[in-house]
Amino acid sequence: MENEAKLDKETSSEYLLEVKNLKKYFPIKKALHEKDSVYLKAVDGVSFNLKQGKTIGIVGESGCGKSTLGRTILRLYEPTDGEIIFDGKHIEKLKGETLRRMRPEFQMIFQDPYSSLSPRMTVGEIVGEAVKLHKIVPPEEHDDYILDLMKKCGLQPHHINRYPHEFSGGQRQRICIVKALALKPKLVICDEPVSALDVSIQAQVINLLKDLQEENGQAYIFISHDLSVVEHISDDVGVMYLGNMVEYGTKEDLFTEPLHPYTKALFSAVPIPDPDIKLNRVILEGDIPSPANPPKGCKFHTRCRECMGICREVEPEFRDIGGGHFVACHLYDDIPDVKLD
Amino acid sequence: MKHMNEENDPSLRESGLPESEEFELAETQILEEEKLSKEELLEAEFEEEDREEEEIAGRTLSPTRLVLKRFFRSKLSMTGLVILLALFVFSFLGPVFRFLPFVWGEKESDESYAVKEEYSTEVKAPEYGSDPVYIVTYSYPTNYLKPSGTHLLGTDDKGFDVYSRLMYGGRVSLTVGFVVVILETILGVLLGGLAGYFGGWVDQVIMRIVDIFNCVPTLPMMMIVGVALEAKNISGPAKLYIMMAMLTFFGWAGTARLVRGQILSLREQDFMLSAEASGLTATRKIFRHLVPNVMPQLIVSMTLGLGGIILTEATLGYLGIGLPAEYATWGNMINAAANNTALRLYPNLWVAPGICIVLAVLAFNFVGDGLRDAFDPKARR
Repeated sequence: MENEAKLDKETSSEYLLEVKNLKKYFPIKKALHEKDSVYLKAVDGVSFNLKQGKTIGIVGESGCGKSTLGRTILRLYEPTDGEIIFDGKHIEKLKGETLRRMRPEFQMIFQDPYSSLSPRMTVGEIVGEAVKLHKIVPPEEHDDYILDLMKKCGLQPHHINRYPHEFSGGQRQRICIVKALALKPKLVICDEPVSALDVSIQAQVINLLKDLQEENGQAYIFISHDLSVVEHISDDVGVMYLGNMVEYGTKEDLFTEPLHPYTKALFSAVPIPDPDIKLNRVILEGDIPSPANPPKGCKFHTRCRECMGICREVEPEFRDIGGGHFVACHLYDDIPDVKLD
Repeated sequence: MKHMNEENDPSLRESGLPESEEFELAETQILEEEKLSKEELLEAEFEEEDREEEEIAGRTLSPTRLVLKRFFRSKLSMTGLVILLALFVFSFLGPVFRFLPFVWGEKESDESYAVKEEYSTEVKAPEYGSDPVYIVTYSYPTNYLKPSGTHLLGTDDKGFDVYSRLMYGGRVSLTVGFVVVILETILGVLLGGLAGYFGGWVDQVIMRIVDIFNCVPTLPMMMIVGVALEAKNISGPAKLYIMMAMLTFFGWAGTARLVRGQILSLREQDFMLSAEASGLTATRKIFRHLVPNVMPQLIVSMTLGLGGIILTEATLGYLGIGLPAEYATWGNMINAAANNTALRLYPNLWVAPGICIVLAVLAFNFVGDGLRDAFDPKARR
């Protein structure tokens, strides 16, 4: 039944989610005149599209606006500007009750499994609360539905009456996953879901997410700073730097042929488990500039090895240089619409 | 210990490991232990025990029961609890035993003890000739009786039995404390919750009101109200209700501020964001997710607040602006000490209520402290 509904939607629109020029500015200093106010531009014009049942990986260093992007798409933060079209509906325009009723369709798995579960509720209450409220399943099926889903995620039936503090980090993260997926979402934003877990459990959780995707067909936006994890789970990958998307393409394109100097530097930092291979690391100098006062021109020019005169003056355009591989860099200005590889 | 728990607790019985698994565990432990030297073994054993205990506790207990367990383990809080229970039984059950010789009514004076005293006054009355004329008055003083078998603490200036009034007084004092604290908490949670949850101008307005209430000197205000009520000839019980309302009115600000602060910090937690993302309604978010997490602090502040309110009531009673004097409250009874004669000659009138007040406040503080320690996960002993 779910699949049929999904197919209908797919014919009406190519993409499940379209994000167009999304901006989220946090006010740091509010002044009477708009021009005197200081804003932290956490997300500054990000665009991408996501198809049904696919996964987009978003990578970038700490503070580049990955999490803010995820939360803004879900309207947990009010977007400053731009469009979010989910399933043909403009999410950014939804208000109050309409938005609340839409919420089950797009869910989020949070980074910290310790703080994202209500400490004074049992697992059954945590998971079942929203399911009951939104009438996801008929009331008589409710218990079986929850137990079934818990079982799929590797939780025991008797866990349903326990409190979050009785679980380990990995178990808690699985509870979070059950909680998110119990609402039968079409889109799940995973905000670094495994970075708080140790490596063996990371693999477990990632594989669980993949299996569930195959089964239920939901789309993921997978936010992470761990490139190997992103490579494992994503179809497409977007690289963010200081609130901007600097490069976007299929996983294969990006991992074999990174174009943007920042992406190159980022990917060169991935360790290869072989002592004989000499890493050709691109070391980035300096710190990430403050997003409240980003550099003029290309935001990356302060740390870029291939910085040119134009980079200091003109902000590069985020454009398709062939085959759905987007990049925002002046190095590729003069090769328009040529597929590089 | 484990077995005991298993028997007492159905949840553990359901969730406990199957026996075969336990056996496997035990076997691996033995294998590991063989490798260790004696000292290490001992240490490891202790650690193992600790861990096991923790695991059992973690496996079976909800947060509330964990807190209760820690609370009942503390001697100080148990002392407080016992004192409180004793005071409650004394106050609320005591007056029921009217058949005992030393239990009297609240406003009942003991006529049998009345001693006929004769006073004669000489007056000049020329119409009766030159003989002196006497006016004879008889008095039956039942007041200021010494402590005895029928009046354990004697009687006061109106001839009422002090020991019995101690019981009735406890009823009023303790009830006032509880009612006021509960009302205060309801008001404080409501306003503090609104301020913390909605923030912005709602927060600004409510917190400024709280600031104003914090600036109002409670005691002078209460005195003014007390005098005004006196002037209006308001009956005793009505005065009691008005007094409780006034105490609430001047006392909710602290609770509101506490709740607001807690909710401000809880609001930023991921689980609130997660609740928002699940599309829960605002009422649900506030009452299912926020308020239960404020409860620990609230319970502690309520218990500690109880002592404070009993003290305020006593102060008002002592100053004579609480209930009318014929109503027994601990504060009113202490008012006897305002009389110089009673202060010097009849300590039996005011020492006992004083001790009761001290005991009640002390016990509430013990319990409050115990609860605070029990709620604090870091204070593990």
